[in-house]
Amino acid sequence: MAQNQSKDTAEQAEFRAYCVDWLKSNHPGRPPVKLPLGALELSDPEALKWLQGWQKSAYDAGLIGCDYPTEVGGGGRDGCQIIANQEMQRAKTPFLPNIIGMGMAAPTIFFHAQDDVKAELLPGLLSGEDIWCQGFSEPGAGSDLANQQTFAERDGDNWKINGHKVWTSLAHFASWMILLCRTDKNDKYNGLSYFVVPISSMLGKGVTVRPLIKMTGQTGFNEVLFEDLVVPDKYRLDEVGAGWKVAMTTLAHERGAGPLVTPASGGMSNDEEGSVSTNSASSLAALAKGQPRAGKTAADDPLIRDEIVKLTIRQEAMRQNARRASVPALVDHPMRIPLQGKLVATELNQDLAELAYQIEGVASSLYVADDNAPAQGQWPLAYMNSFGVTIAAGANEVQRNILGERVLGLAKSK
Amino acid sequence: MATQPKNFGFGEDETMLRDSARKFFSDNCGADKVHRLVAGDPNMFREIDCAWDESLWQQVVELGWLAACVPEAAGGIGMPLVAAVSLAEEAGRSAYPSPLLSTFMSTFVLKACGTPASTEALGTIASGTPTTLAVTNSLGSLESGDTDVKVGNDGTLTGTSYYVQDARKCSQYVVSAEGAGGNGLYLVQAADPGVSIEADAIIDLTRDQAQLVFTGAAAVELAPPRAGAAALDAALPALLCLASADLVGAGEWLLQTTVEYAQTRVQFDRPLGFFQAVKHPLVNVMLEIDNAKSLTYSAACAMETGEDNALDLARMAKSQASDMGVFAASRAVQFHGGIGFTWECYVHLFFKRAMHSQTLLGDARHHRTILADSLIGRAA
Ligand SMILES: Cc1cc2nc3c(=O)[nH]c(=O)nc-3n(C[C@H](O)[C@H](O)[C@H](O)COP(=O)(O)OP(=O)(O)OC[C@H]3O[C@@H](n4cnc5c(N)ncnc54)[C@H](O)[C@@H]3O)c2cc1C
Repeated sequence: MAQNQSKDTAEQAEFRAYCVDWLKSNHPGRPPVKLPLGALELSDPEALKWLQGWQKSAYDAGLIGCDYPTEVGGGGRDGCQIIANQEMQRAKTPFLPNIIGMGMAAPTIFFHAQDDVKAELLPGLLSGEDIWCQGFSEPGAGSDLANQQTFAERDGDNWKINGHKVWTSLAHFASWMILLCRTDKNDKYNGLSYFVVPISSMLGKGVTVRPLIKMTGQTGFNEVLFEDLVVPDKYRLDEVGAGWKVAMTTLAHERGAGPLVTPASGGMSNDEEGSVSTNSASSLAALAKGQPRAGKTAADDPLIRDEIVKLTIRQEAMRQNARRASVPALVDHPMRIPLQGKLVATELNQDLAELAYQIEGVASSLYVADDNAPAQGQWPLAYMNSFGVTIAAGANEVQRNILGERVLGLAKSK
Repeated sequence: MATQPKNFGFGEDETMLRDSARKFFSDNCGADKVHRLVAGDPNMFREIDCAWDESLWQQVVELGWLAACVPEAAGGIGMPLVAAVSLAEEAGRSAYPSPLLSTFMSTFVLKACGTPASTEALGTIASGTPTTLAVTNSLGSLESGDTDVKVGNDGTLTGTSYYVQDARKCSQYVVSAEGAGGNGLYLVQAADPGVSIEADAIIDLTRDQAQLVFTGAAAVELAPPRAGAAALDAALPALLCLASADLVGAGEWLLQTTVEYAQTRVQFDRPLGFFQAVKHPLVNVMLEIDNAKSLTYSAACAMETGEDNALDLARMAKSQASDMGVFAASRAVQFHGGIGFTWECYVHLFFKRAMHSQTLLGDARHHRTILADSLIGRAA
């Protein structure tokens, strides 16, 4: 920890001291309601409200959007978001609710919207008062993102939008959406355009949001229907036909590979007294000790022991990869480790939860509502939920294509 | 862990040394050259030879690599373990036939002895004496308590060391032998009349391996009984890191070579790499290499800074590197198709080296079994 401090510029050092100081007296404390694991899991409006309160106070204090210019509601600093993120993490603050807004919408708007639109939208985004969602995926356009069918038709100074978006996380709370759609049916890539569109204010006026139920039984994402939604032209980002280029800005930031650092707080343990953590090999070892197997416990079974150790090794390797990624002398290709991040983390989580099934044996059949379920049924729940992230944000097969093509230089699969 | 340097202690000096090694190997030790040197005779029942380029070794000595991790007080440069690890990685990438890895391993065992005799022995390494460890018994165990060599009343050694690496390329041996009250470590000269070498017929063409039979061999005590065993234990993380680094280097060669083949070989009108049944496993090889590499540098750094968990981390590294080596080697042969199955294709050099290295100092499962006790607790 002393490490990153020693490399701070004067501005960063001063800002870090300010953050530490502010966080000392402004940590929001424990939430009054149960929080989900992350913002994309939000379904309780009370939880959202409380988290928005936290984001707003951190924003007002200057810890969020620090590197954006003041004209658009930012802090006008340089290289300071990373400092704020580190200190919020260290202070174990709650997570921020507007993650699609900050991680994807804000940089895209910043680099591609006209100035008055930036000034109009970014303050409410950064403060978390406006929740944002991402309207990219459609029934026919998932991995093949450019196959957009949602169509925007010019109508004087406005656009009229019709189409169907799916898997839209947070749309049920969203004020705004970043929207990729088609403006020309004859050109797959150059026929795409990019808009920001209002959601909550236009419900019933061209916008319908319908929740979709996940395989776990929980709500999470939605489908969004557009029927003649009218959107002023100023909400178009960049040129007509430049949608693919704009979408690349979004995706680069989603992968943490864009020029702007995403505001991120976190570190606060989600665990209430007696709740179960399902994200580490050590929690699996603890589970194994309590599960009977062949007259002993699962923790005494040599094959299960071996599997737990294998996952521990992967978990440690992931940590050490992140450390090595910042040592240029020890990496041959700058994107080699960063582009692995999502793939490796999501598959590790999936494999942890899958092993829990074997450890629990027949009792893994018991779900969260059963008092006899080991670990309150959280492991089977985590296993099912783990597929959300191996599929979302570029399915892992597509991630492997990206690594094979961009890092190894193998021929493009398409 | 908080005190660990973020860069694994791999600073400018280490980077310069490693870069010069990479250039040295690419200039002097290409796979074609190694193949010419060691793969002349495919006969399975050929004379057991151990061809290596002694003039290239002289250049390595002159470059000062052997002195790199010898302490300054013993006439060396005093660089950290990560420096030797990076050189071992480069040597592995070239399947370099030489006693480099053995001499590095000996260096770290000698450093752990901390006696005047061991300091003197370190000095001989710094000035270029190839040295290897003779610490494994007939069962292949290198646990510090296990040896089939005994110290006689006159201080000479009798018995056999097994699976000794690069025995015929080294001029001295660091031998684990049972004395009064435990195992000590002893320095024996290869030229001693009480030493005979019985070469193993091994698969790996780039290494040699032998049984060393001692019959009253003259020995210098490097660490007395019990202290020798402790020194071996203390050095174990370094040995595991070095073996892992060799595997990481071999893995990188296997990956890069197979990627190049997948870029150029065309079938069904496409380069092989277009097909995801080829592309995705190659990406997986890359992921496994990265895990092995990061774990290896982290363990080496932890050893250097004296972390309590250095041995656990080193076992993780060796376990990961061993599994990775097998995987990288198997995919390399498979994705080269028929040519990959031939003696003529260089892939088998690295395949064999990786298969040899994966069991060296304990295979993946061996280390995971021990790790399970420390991570989960002993089984009932
Ligand atoms: C929890 C969750 C939240 C999401 N949130 C959002 C959101 O907020 N906004 C949004 O726009 N989208 C969202 N998505 C959608 C997500 O981006 C898509 O699901 C994803 O891109 C995959 O598209 P698809 O579902 O159409 O699957 P498909 O593209 O049909 O893929 C099906 C399977 O085929 C594989 N496949 C497809 N193409 C290839 C190829 N070229 N090579 C190899 N394999 C291939 C895939 O990897 C996958 O395994 C979310 C998804 C989930 C699961």
